[in-house]
Amino acid sequence: METNITLMLNAILPEIALALTAALVLAIDLIFHHKKLPHRLLGTLSAAGVMVSFIRVLITANGAEPQLIWGGMLRIDPTSTLFSCIFLAAALLTILLAMENERFGNKAEFYILLLVSTLGLCLMAGAADMILLYLAMETATLPLFILAGFMNLEKKAVEAGLKYLLFGAGTSAVMLYGFSLLYGFSGQTHIAGLGAALADAGNLPFVVGVLMVVVGFGFKIAAVPFHFWSPDVYEGAPAIVAGFLSTASKAAGFAVLLRFMSAFLPVQTATWTTIAMVLAALSMTAGNLLALTQKNFKRMLAYSSIAQAGYILVGVASGGQLGASAVIYYLVVYLFANVAAFAVAGVVARATGSEEISALQGLDKRNRGLALVLLVSLLSLAGIPPFGGFVAKLLVFNAAVQGNLAWLAALGVANAVVGLFYYLTVLRVAYTHPEGEVEKLKLPAFVTVVLVICVIGIIVTGVLIAPLLGWTNLAAGALHP
Amino acid sequence: MDLTGFPILSVIIFLPLAAGLLILVMPATKTGWVNGLATTVGAVDLVLALLLYFSYDQVAAGYQFIEKMPWVPQLGISYHVGVDGFSLPMVILGALVVLCGALVSWNVDDRPREFFAFLMFLGTSILGVFASLDLFQLFFFFEIAVFPKYLMIVLWGYPKTRNYGGMKLTIYLFVGSMMALFGVLVIYFKSGLNTFDLLALDQVSFAPELQRWLFPFVFLGFAILGGIFPFHSWAPDGHVAAPTAVSMMLAGVEMKVGAFAALRAGIMLLPEGAQYWQTAILILATINVVYGALIALVQTDFKYVIGFSSVSHMGLVLIGMATLTKQGLLGAGMQMFSHGIMTALFFAIVGMVYDRAHTRELSALGGLGRKMPWAAFGFIVAGLVSMGMPGFSGFTAEFPIFVGAWQVAPWVAIIGILGVIVTAGYILLVIRRVFFGELPPALEKVSDVSRKDKFVIALLSSLMVALGIFPALLSDLISTGVAYILALVGAG
Repeated sequence: METNITLMLNAILPEIALALTAALVLAIDLIFHHKKLPHRLLGTLSAAGVMVSFIRVLITANGAEPQLIWGGMLRIDPTSTLFSCIFLAAALLTILLAMENERFGNKAEFYILLLVSTLGLCLMAGAADMILLYLAMETATLPLFILAGFMNLEKKAVEAGLKYLLFGAGTSAVMLYGFSLLYGFSGQTHIAGLGAALADAGNLPFVVGVLMVVVGFGFKIAAVPFHFWSPDVYEGAPAIVAGFLSTASKAAGFAVLLRFMSAFLPVQTATWTTIAMVLAALSMTAGNLLALTQKNFKRMLAYSSIAQAGYILVGVASGGQLGASAVIYYLVVYLFANVAAFAVAGVVARATGSEEISALQGLDKRNRGLALVLLVSLLSLAGIPPFGGFVAKLLVFNAAVQGNLAWLAALGVANAVVGLFYYLTVLRVAYTHPEGEVEKLKLPAFVTVVLVICVIGIIVTGVLIAPLLGWTNLAAGALHP
Repeated sequence: MDLTGFPILSVIIFLPLAAGLLILVMPATKTGWVNGLATTVGAVDLVLALLLYFSYDQVAAGYQFIEKMPWVPQLGISYHVGVDGFSLPMVILGALVVLCGALVSWNVDDRPREFFAFLMFLGTSILGVFASLDLFQLFFFFEIAVFPKYLMIVLWGYPKTRNYGGMKLTIYLFVGSMMALFGVLVIYFKSGLNTFDLLALDQVSFAPELQRWLFPFVFLGFAILGGIFPFHSWAPDGHVAAPTAVSMMLAGVEMKVGAFAALRAGIMLLPEGAQYWQTAILILATINVVYGALIALVQTDFKYVIGFSSVSHMGLVLIGMATLTKQGLLGAGMQMFSHGIMTALFFAIVGMVYDRAHTRELSALGGLGRKMPWAAFGFIVAGLVSMGMPGFSGFTAEFPIFVGAWQVAPWVAIIGILGVIVTAGYILLVIRRVFFGELPPALEKVSDVSRKDKFVIALLSSLMVALGIFPALLSDLISTGVAYILALVGAG
C-alpha cells in the first residue's frame, strides 16, 4: 500500500510542483511584504516552478502505461500528459510576458492565481470522476475570474471580471445539475462507462443530463451560444490573461469534452455528434461574421477565438481517433498563434494607449519584428501554409470528410474565407504607414523570447508535422482504447 | 549531364525561400545587396532549370529528377518532387519570370527587403506547385502564395485600387482553393489508399458518379486562378492594382499555376469527370477568349488592356486542356509557356511606360516609340505573339489548340478564332496609341528604359521568336508529357 501511495504521489508530481510554487510565492510575498523585492523575482520563481512541472510531465509522457489512481479519480495517460503540456506551456509563456508588465509584473497575486488555475486545468485533463472534474473546473476557473478583472481600477476590467464570474457561476450550476442527473440515472460518478451504465435508462435522461453538462463545457470553450461573455471579458482583461483564457482554458474545455464523449462510445455517439455539429456550425459562422465588424483588436480576436473553437468542434463532431487527434493538434497550434496575437495586442496597446485595430497602423515601422510576428500568427489563425494553422485546419476538415460530415467540412472551408478577410485586413493596417513619423517600439527581453518561441512553434507545427501528429495520435488513441 | 544524387529540383524550389529569409534579416541600408541577391537567385534558378531541360531524357520520358522522402507518414504524405515533359517547361517559366521580376524591380525603394523577400516566397510557391508529385504538397505550395500576393498588392500596388484589387483577388482565389481543398480531401478519403501520392492516385479509378460531382470542386477551384469565366474578374483588377513585378508573376506564372493544378488534380485524377463536364468547360473557356478580347478592346487604361488580354489567352489554355486531345493538350502546354513570357513582357513594358509617363490613360499616351525604342520593339514582338502571328511562339501554341478543338467541337474553333481577330484589333490599337502618333507635350522629357529593362526585353523577345521558328524546342518535350496525360484520360 505504501509503495502504491508513493507511486500515486509520483504521478501527480507536476501538480504538486505547481501547488508548492504557488505557496512559495505567497509566502515570500507575505514575509517580505514591506521590502522591495528584486525585480522579476516572483516571476522567475513561478516560471521555474512551471518549468519543473513541465519537465516532469514530459518525462512521464514517454511511454508510460495509462493508469487510474487515487481511487479512480485521476487518469494519467497520453491524453492528460499532452494536455498538461499545453496548459503548462501556456502558463509559462504567460508568466514570461507578465514579468515585463509594469502594472502586475511584481504582484504576487497574479502568479499565485495563474499557478492555481493551471493546477486546476491539469487536473481537468486527467479527471476520471465527475466529482474531481467539478472540483478541478472550479479550481481552474475561480482564479481566472479574478485575473480577468485584475486591473480593478478600470471600469472595463471590473465589468469583465464580474461578467465572467456571473456567466461562469451560472453555467457551472447548470453543469453541476447535469452531473447529478447523470449520477442519478447511472448510479456512478465515474466518467468512463457512463454510456454503458445509461444504456438502459432510455434516451431522455441521457439527453437532458448531457445537454446540461454541455452548457458548462460550452462556456469553457466559448462556443456559440455560450460565448456571450468572451468578447467583453477579452476586451476588459489584460491582454495576456485573455491569451491564457483563450488557449489554456479553452483547451481544457476540449479535453473534458473529448473525455466525456469517449465515455459514451459507442452507445450514444449520434447524440454527441449532433450536439458538437450544431455547436461547430454556429460557432464558426457566428464567430467569423461578428469578427468582421470589430474595431477593437482584442474584441476581434475574441470573435476569432469563437470561430476557432468552431473549427475545433468540427474535429470533435467528426469523432473517432482521427477527429480527436485533429482537435489536439489544432489546440497546440492555436496556443502559439493566439498567445502571440494577444501579446502583440498587449504590447501595442501599452505603447499607443489604444486597443483599436487602427492603433496597429505603421507597426512595421515601429518594430519590424513585431509586425512579422503578427503576420505569422494571424496567417496561422487564417490557416495559410507554411504555418501550423493550415495543417490543423486540414486535419479537422479531413476528419470531417472521413466521418461522413462532408457538409460540415464544406461549411468550414467557406468560413475560412471569411476569416482570411479580417485577418488580412488587420495585417494591411499593420503594414500601412501613417502620416508623419512614428515612435519606435522597443520590446522587453522576455516578450521577445515568448514571441520567438511562438513563431518557432507555429512554423515547426506547420512544416515538421509528423512528430506532433504522432504524439496527438497517441493521445487520441488513449481516449479510444 | 549526369545529375544523379544532386537534389536539383529541391534546390530550385527552396533557393528563393532561403534567399527571401536571408533578405529579411539583411541590414536596411544595403538595398543593393537585397536586389542583387534576388536577381542572382533568379538567374541561378534559371540556369538550373535549363540544366534540367538539357538533362531530361526525352526517350525515357515520364517523371524524372524524382526526390521522395516521407513527410507525414501517418497520413501518407511525402515530400515528392519530379518533372515530366509537361511540368518542366513550367519550371523554366517560373524561374524566368522570377528573374525578370527581380530585374524590373530595382527601383522599388519602399521597404525593399519585404518586397523582395515576398517576391522570393512567391517564387518558391510557384516552383513548388509545378514540381509537386504529392497532392498535399501541391496544395501546400499553392496556398503559400496567398500572403505574398496580397501584401505585395496592397503595399506596393497602385494606390487608387490596391486595397480593392488586392482583397478581391485574394478572396476569389481563396474561395477557389478552399473548394479545391474540399475536393482534395474527398479524393484522399475515397481513394482508400491513405496516400496523397499523385502517381498512386493517378492509377485509381474513382466511381463515375463521384467523379462527376467532385470534378467541379477540384477543377473549378483551381481554374479560378486560371482565370476561368465567370470567375475571372479578380484577374484584371488584381493585375492592374499590383506592382509591376507582381503583375508579371500573377499573369505570367500564377495563372498557369491555376491551370496546371486544374489539369494535374482535376483532369488527370478525375478523367471521367472531365469528360462529363467537357462541353461546359469548352463553353466557359470560349467565352473567356471572346469576352476577354472584346472587353480589352474597349479599355482606356493601358494596363487593363493587358489584364483582360490575359483572361482571353488563358481561355485558349483551358480550351486546349478541355479538348482532351493530343493536339489540344500540346497546344495548352505551349500556350502556357508562350503566354507566360509574353504577358510578363507586356506587364514589364506597361510598368516601364507608367514609371516614366506617370499615366496609363491611353488618350494621354502616344509617340513613345521614339523615346523608348526598346520598349516599343518588345511590345510589338509580344503583340505579334499575342495575335498568333506565324513565326512567333503564339502561333505555334494556338494552332494546335484550334486543331484539337476542331476535332472535338468545331464551333469552339470557329468562335475562338473570332476572338483571335479581336485580339489583333486591340493589340494594334494599343501599339498605335502608345508608341506611334503624336508625342504629347507632357511626355517630352520621358527617358529611355534602363539597361536591366533592355536585358529583360531582349531575353523574353528572343525566346518568343526562337519558339516561333523552332517550336520543336518545346513541343517534343511537351508531347512526352501529353502522352502520360492521355494514357490517364484514355482518349485519343
